[in-house]
Amino acid sequence: MATAIAAQTHTITVLVDNRPGVLARVSGLFARRGYNIESLTVSITDNPNMSRMTIVVAGDADTLEQITKQLHKLIDVHKVFDYLDTPMLERELVLLKVQSEPERRAEILQLVEIFRGKVVDIAERAMVIEVTGGGDKIDSFEKQMEPFGIRELVRTGRIAMMRGSRTV
Amino acid sequence: MAKIKSTGAKALLESLRREGVEIIFGYPGGAVIPLYDEIYHCDFLQHVLVRHEQGGGHMAEGYSHATGKVGVCIGTSGPGATNLVTAICDAMMDSIPMVAITGQVRTEVIGKDAFQEADITGITMPITKHNWLVKNVNDLPRVMHEAFHIARSGRPGPVLVDVPVDVFRAIVEYDPDEVQNIEISSFKSDFKVHKVQVKRAAELIAQAKKPVLYVGGGAKAAGAEHLVQALAHKTGFPVTTTLHGLGTFPENDPLSLGMLGMHGTAYANLAVEHCDLLIAIGARFDDRVTGKVSAFAQNAKVIHFDIDPGEINKVRRADVSIVGNCAEALEALLPLVDETQDISEWRAELDAWRVDMPLEFNDGAQDGTLHAEWVIREIARLTDRNVVVTTDVGQHQMWAAQHFGMRSPRQFITSGGLGTMGFGLPAAIGASFGVGPDKDVWCISGDGSFQMCIQELIVATIYKLPVKIAILNNTFLGMVRQWQEMFWQKHYSSVDMERAPDFVLVAEAYGMLGLRCDNVADVEATIRKAMETEGPVLMDFRVVKETNVYPMIPSGQTVGDMIVRKPRQIEEPESTCHYEPRDTRMPVVDEVVDVAR
Ligand SMILES: Cc1cc2nc3c(=O)[nH]c(=O)nc-3n(C[C@H](O)[C@H](O)[C@H](O)COP(=O)(O)OP(=O)(O)OC[C@H]3O[C@@H](n4cnc5c(N)ncnc54)[C@H](O)[C@@H]3O)c2cc1C
Ligand SMILES: Cc1ncc(C[n+]2csc(CCOP(=O)(O)OP(=O)(O)O)c2C)c(N)n1
Ligand SMILES: [Mg+2]
Repeated sequence: MATAIAAQTHTITVLVDNRPGVLARVSGLFARRGYNIESLTVSITDNPNMSRMTIVVAGDADTLEQITKQLHKLIDVHKVFDYLDTPMLERELVLLKVQSEPERRAEILQLVEIFRGKVVDIAERAMVIEVTGGGDKIDSFEKQMEPFGIRELVRTGRIAMMRGSRTV
Repeated sequence: MAKIKSTGAKALLESLRREGVEIIFGYPGGAVIPLYDEIYHCDFLQHVLVRHEQGGGHMAEGYSHATGKVGVCIGTSGPGATNLVTAICDAMMDSIPMVAITGQVRTEVIGKDAFQEADITGITMPITKHNWLVKNVNDLPRVMHEAFHIARSGRPGPVLVDVPVDVFRAIVEYDPDEVQNIEISSFKSDFKVHKVQVKRAAELIAQAKKPVLYVGGGAKAAGAEHLVQALAHKTGFPVTTTLHGLGTFPENDPLSLGMLGMHGTAYANLAVEHCDLLIAIGARFDDRVTGKVSAFAQNAKVIHFDIDPGEINKVRRADVSIVGNCAEALEALLPLVDETQDISEWRAELDAWRVDMPLEFNDGAQDGTLHAEWVIREIARLTDRNVVVTTDVGQHQMWAAQHFGMRSPRQFITSGGLGTMGFGLPAAIGASFGVGPDKDVWCISGDGSFQMCIQELIVATIYKLPVKIAILNNTFLGMVRQWQEMFWQKHYSSVDMERAPDFVLVAEAYGMLGLRCDNVADVEATIRKAMETEGPVLMDFRVVKETNVYPMIPSGQTVGDMIVRKPRQIEEPESTCHYEPRDTRMPVVDEVVDVAR
C-alpha cells in the first residue's frame, strides 16, 4: 500500500483489450465513482489485441488504491500500473500556432530553440510550433508564447513509460 | 466432441443446458421470437411467462437468493430490455448472480434509431459486472459460457448478453465442449487466501478484549455459515449480522446480537461502538450500517474478510485484510484461535445492554391495536420459522428483519442495497420455484410496495405456488412518512395510500384466496388459514397507521444519536436514549442527506 501522499496527481498506465466500448467502460467508471481525470490518452501497443491508456488522475493515496482496484474489476482491463516509487518518463506534445509578425520572428525562434521545439509550419503572420516534454515544460513554453499572441493550441494527454529495462 | 451446426438461438439454449439452467423467467417480443421458437421446442427448460420484465428480473433474483444458483431472465429489445434495468441494478447492489438475455434490433440497423432499439449494453454498463453485444453468431456460444462464469465467480453479480435478432437466426458451427472451456486472462476471481494475513488476524483476535463478529451477505454467498458459527462458538465472540447476513447466524443463539445499523438492535450497535476488534466477514461497511463513518467503531481494530479486493479500505481502513473466499479463510483461521480467551467482562456488558434496551413491540394485549411487528412475530411462531421470507422495502421490511428471528441462511430474501419496492412478490415467486412446492414462501409486503409488481400475482396462481403474501397495510408509504414525522415537521407530503384497491378482491380477481384481518384476535386464525390453504394466499393485515421503526440511528449520524425507542411524550420529548442522551429528533435539515430509501 502506498505511503501517505497528499492529494496530488498520479499517472497510471492501463493495458486493456482493444475492443469497442472499452473506453466507455473506463471513463464511465471514473465518472460514476467521482474520480477526477486530468487527461486520458489511448494508444495502440506492440500487441494488436491490446490498447494502452495513460490516465492522469487527481487524488490521494486512498483514491489511487480504489481506482486501481476498481479498474482491475473491469473484465477488459489486463494490467494497471501506477508508477509509485518508479523512475519514469512522461511526455506530452503541444502544437501551438503563434502570431509571428516578421519583426518578432527571431525572438520566437530563440525561445523555440531553448525549448528544443520545432517550427512545423510557417505563414506570413503565424507559425506552428511543436514542443514535446513533461507537462511543466510545456506549461512554461505556453507562458513564453503568450505575449506574442497564441492563436490556437492543441495539446495531447500525457504518456508515460518506466525508465530502465522493466516494462509494464 | 465434433463440431455441431445450429442457429444462434439453439446454441444459446444449449449453453443454458450445459450451465445447468432449469428455469428462466421471461417475456417475448419481436427481437426474441427466434429464441422463443427454440424455447417452444425445448424439453429441458421451464420458461415462466412473467407479466412485466421487472418481475422476471426479480424472480431470477429470488430464485438465485434462495438457491445460490445463477438466475436467468429474458426481455425483448427496447422496452423489454429497459424494464429489466431495475432488477439488474438490484442484483448488482446485492451481489446476486444473474444472466440477463436481451434481444436487439437487426445488426444492420443498430445505431439508426430503429424500432424498439435501446442501447442496453450502454445503459447497463455501470450496473453489470460485464455485458456483451454479440454481433457475430460465432461468438455467441463462448460469450454465453463466459457470462455464466463471470456472474457466479468471485463476487457474484449480474451480466447481460444482448443479441440482435439476426444473430439468433444465423447459423453457427462450433464445438460445444471447446467453448465451455473458457479462459479469461483479464478476469481474476480466485484470490488465494494469504496465510500470513490469517496469522496476523489470529494475533489480533488473541489480543482482543471486546471483540465483535460483523457478518454479511458474503458469508452466505460463501456457504460459510457453519464456519462462522464454529468461530463464534470456539471463541465465544458475539455476532451481529447485516440485513443480508441475517440467518447466517441463528438468532436464537445466545451469542447473537441480531442486526446492526440504522434499524439494528441497540445492543448490537452499542457493541460495535465499544468494541476493540471488529471482524467483518463478507460485509461491506454500507452506510446504513456505519452511519457517520468517522465515528463508526472508533476504538476498534478491523479485520476484513472479502472476496472483492475493492471492498478492502473502500469505506473503512482494515488493520488486517484477508482477500478471498471467506469460507477458505475461516477454515484456515479456525485452528489458530484459542478457545480459552476470557471475554466474560465484555459479555456481561453486552448482556446489560440487552436487558436494558431490548427490541420493543406491542402485542395489542393491552389496547387491542394490531401492530405489524406482532403479525410478523406470529407468522414466525406459527410457521415454526421453517419458511422462506421475502420482503418489500419500507417499515415492514425492517420489522421483518428485527422480529422474525431468522434461523438459516438463504431464509431471508430482501432488497438491501438498492431498496427496490416491488421486489417482494416476484422474489417470492422466484424463490418458490427454487425451493420447491414443499416449502412455503412468505412475502411480507407493504401496501405501497405491493402495488409496484402486483401483476405477478397471476404467476403464483397459475403455478399454484405456496406463496403466502402478508400485506402489512398501514395505508401509508410508512417509511417515508416516518422520516417526515421525525425530521420534516410531520409534513406528510404524498405518502397517503388510503385510496387503494381492495386487496381481498384483487386476490380473488387473480384467482387466489384473499383474507382480511383487522384485529389482534384474528391474527392467528388468518395465518393458520393461509398455511392450511394450498397454493397462494393474500392477507391484508390492517395494522396501526402511524408507528415508527425503532431503534433508529438517523442517516449519517452516530450510535450516540440513536433513538432507542418511541418517545414517551411527543410534544416534550424526554431523552429516549439511555446512552449519551441527546435529542436528535430535529436534526439540521442539511444533515438529512439521503431520502428514505
Ligand atoms: C430501508 C432500508 C434500511 C436498511 N437498514 C439496514 C440496517 O439497519 N442494517 C443493515 O445491516 N442493513 C440495512 N439495509 C441494507 C443495506 O443498505 C445494505 O444492503 C446491507 O447492509 C449490505 O449488507 P452486507 O454488508 O452484508 O453486504 P452485501 O451487499 O450482502 O455484500 C456482500 C459482501 O460480501 C462479499 N462477498 C461475496 N461473496 C463472498 C465470499 N465468497 N467470500 C467473502 N466475501 C464475499 C462481497 O464482495 C460484498 O462485499 C437497509 C436497507 C433498506 C432498503
Ligand atoms: C421503487 C421505489 N420507489 C420509492 C422508494 C422510496 N421508499 C422507500 S420505503 C417507501 C415506502 C414503502 O411503503 P410501503 O410499501 O407501504 O411500506 P411501509 O413502509 O408502509 O411498511 C418508499 C416510497 C423505494 N424504496 N423504491
Ligand atoms: Mg405502508
